[in-house]
Parts: sequence; structure tokens; C-alpha cells
Amino acid sequence: MCLGIPGRIIEIWDDRGTRMALVDFGGVTRTVCLAYLSDVTVGQYTIIHAGFALTTVDEDAARQTLAMFRELGLLDEELGAAEAEVGR
Amino acid sequence: MKYLTEFRDPELARWLLDAIAATASRRWTLMEVCGGQTHAIIRHGLDQLLADQVEFIHGPGCPVCVTPLETIDRALAIAARPEVIFCSFGDMLRVPGSDTDLFTVKARGGDVRVVYSPLDAVHLAEAHPDRQVVFFAVGFETTAPANALAAVTARRRRLANFSMLVSHVLVPPAMSAVATAPGNRVEAFLAAGHVCTVMGTEQYEPLVAAHRMPIVVTGFEPLDLLDGVRHAVAQLEAGRAELANAYRRAVQPEGNPAARAILAEVFTVCDRAWRGIGTIPDSGWRLADAWRDFDAEIRFDVGGLTVAEPAACRSGAVLQGLLRPPDCAAFGTSCTPRRPLGATMVSAEGACAAYFQYRRLAPAGRAHTSDSAGPAAAVEA
Ligand code: SF4
Repeated sequence: MCLGIPGRIIEIWDDRGTRMALVDFGGVTRTVCLAYLSDVTVGQYTIIHAGFALTTVDEDAARQTLAMFRELGLLDEELGAAEAEVGR
Repeated sequence: MKYLTEFRDPELARWLLDAIAATASRRWTLMEVCGGQTHAIIRHGLDQLLADQVEFIHGPGCPVCVTPLETIDRALAIAARPEVIFCSFGDMLRVPGSDTDLFTVKARGGDVRVVYSPLDAVHLAEAHPDRQVVFFAVGFETTAPANALAAVTARRRRLANFSMLVSHVLVPPAMSAVATAPGNRVEAFLAAGHVCTVMGTEQYEPLVAAHRMPIVVTGFEPLDLLDGVRHAVAQLEAGRAELANAYRRAVQPEGNPAARAILAEVFTVCDRAWRGIGTIPDSGWRLADAWRDFDAEIRFDVGGLTVAEPAACRSGAVLQGLLRPPDCAAFGTSCTPRRPLGATMVSAEGACAAYFQYRRLAPAGRAHTSDSAGPAAAVEA
């Protein structure tokens, strides 16, 4: 019940005053409630718990994190190579 | 799928593993609080890949596991009533009560239904005005917003035949209980990222200050978990104790303000018994006084029921990180996922089930057998 996974919003509508959405989880779709995310739009990724969208996935933050891993990895390799040179 | 597969990249995982190994001068003891993270760690073999740098102690963050036995018994008593449609998340059905479980009640003719969202239960109440619809409102801060809105919706639609059996639990008081327990070995926490999507990271500042332990808000994919470990180990090596957020793409410092506002209205903090652990002060939510007309405990008069835990199951020690699942005498013999003795063997988030499912069967001391598949393969698996 507690395992939230990201899904992509593909449709939004109003059900008697409550915002609802159809969310795609990599091929499987579910109806979820948007009561707690008033400003999400179609195309955004969101994390769902018990049928409720609770947070949007910040695509910039996701990209930045991955880029940081890559950069630090590259930097490490270069430093490692430099140390190997010095050691020789 | 995007933002899942990208955070499983084996090459980046390799780099993070190397970075942790380069930083760690000794083996540190970390607790991942959330059962979902426990499963990810075991499934991807991160405990084996980091065997020399980190001992993972698995925390009590499994709602199925910590829902007290007497609450399960109350659920069973209500679900067996002929006028009741009893609605629950699917993973509660096989949790053993004192002498049966919801699944058996259903097999014997009880109207027990699995719902995906608590709003489904509200819809059932609307569709069946002649029946009493009861929703089993369990879980941590992650399911609470959904459950609170079920009550709000039922009131808005004037449903007199809807009620909730509420047994919510809160993560920070449980972390404090672990940190102050005699014999605690945890040196840093990986905090459950999804709880923070609701409550924010602010709630952990007092814990960091009180216990002088690093707390790193962590996500659920292999790279998220490795990055959480990287932050924690770096702090421990430097002798620092800070709050860090290694799950920035999903967690804001203030959490979800709309959800927090409704939670504050519908629920009120209470002492809560944790299965296998005992009562932790201020560690739960019950319906606030203004919402007690939706309280199934009152409506069906089951509040007085109390019971004792069975002696054979040592899940309390498992949930506090004092015992590894394979070190329990019943593990894999009299207790298996098909015939569970304790809730930690039932749940998709329980530590005993994770060890059984991913074949971590060796008792302590022989836990870290070499993994022939290699790091990249383990991360991808
Ligand atoms: S293996 Fe079974 S009996 Fe032992 S602690 Fe885990 S759930 Fe309880």
C-alpha cells in the first residue's frame, strides 16, 4: 500500500468538484485523485499512493542528479588517471 | 519507464559504489526506515555489494507489519458482521490475527473487498445505502492523505453508512524510539522519501539535533539508495550530523501543504501500539473529535478488545533491527510467506518476506557470501 511509483498524467477531469486524472504507469493506467496537487498538468510525472497523487517528479532535479553522478564519475576517472601518471 | 530505469543505471551505480568504498574507513551501521527500501536493498543486492562498508539494519517502516494484533482482531470482528462490507488494501488480507485472517473471514462468507483507493470504499457506501461500509485505514503518512479525504468526501456526500477503522502510524516517533532504545547500534538513518513527500523534511530537524545522527532523505531506486548511503557515510566519516535530501526530484522541504492541512483537520496525534514493539508515545493518528462519527471502533463497539502477541514470532526484534530474519528459529521452517507466523513475513514491505523471497537464508556470520553475478548484474536484476 505504501510503495509509491511514478506515473505520467495523460488526462484530467472533474468529478463532482474533485480533480481526477488518468495516470500511465508504463503501460498500465489507473484513475487517481488530484485533490492534493492543484497545479499539475497533463504530461507531468507524479508519485501515487493509495490512489492519490502526492508529489510531482521534478524533471530538472532528476536530470541534475543524474548529471551530477556522471560528472563526479568522470572527474574521479580523470583524477585517478592523473594519479596513475604521477605514480609512474 | 522514465525516472525509474534511469535511476537503475549499472554504470552510475558502479561509480557510486566506488565512491562509498573510497570514503569509508570502517563499516558503518545504517538503518533504512522504510520497508520498501528494505526490499529494494535486498532485491538489488546492495547489502552484499556494500558488505565491507555498511551494515543495513532494517527499520519498522512496514505498515502491514506494525499494525497491532488487536487492531487486526477488531477488523476481523467487524468484517464478520452480516451488514458490513469491509474494505481493505490487499496486503492486509493475509496478516494473521489471534486466530484467523481477513482472507479466511472472506472465504467463510464475510463481505471483504480489496480496494486500490479509499475513495473506492466511499463509492461502495454510496452504491449500497442499506449496508455498512467500513474502510480499514492503516498505513504511514503516505496513505493518510488518501484516508483523510475519504472521510471528507463521505461527509460531503452525507453518507451515514461509511466508517473507518483507523490505525495510522507516524515515522519520526518510531525513529526516536529506535535511536534511544538500549542497545541501539544505528549510526545514521536513511529516511523514507515518500513519507517526506507529504510531511516534508522539516520534521527531521529536531531528531538530528536530539540524537546527533545524520538523517538522509532517500528514494527507492538503486541509485537513490546508493546516493543516500554516500551522503550518510560522508557525514559519519567527517563526524557531522546533518539533515540531507538525496531525493530532491520528489521531496520539498515543506512536503505537500494541501495534504498536511487536511491531515491536521481530520486526524489528531495519539499514542499508538506497534505490533511486536509496544506503545510508542505520540506515534499515531486517530480521527479527531469532530470526525468521530466516522469511527468504526465506536460504531461497532470493538474498542475494548485487547490481546497478547504469540510468543514464537520475534518480529518485534526484527522491526527494531535487533535480529536478522534468518536468525529467527521459525524463519523458513514453521514460518514462510505461504504460512506466515508474523506480519513481517506477510507484507511486500516486511523484512522477513524480503529475506525469504530473495534467498538470504544464511544466519548471521555467513550472510555475505560472494555474489557471482557481479555488481552491475545485481543492480540490474
Ligand atoms: S521469520 Fe516469521 S516467526 Fe520469525 S520473526 Fe519473521 S515473521 Fe516472525
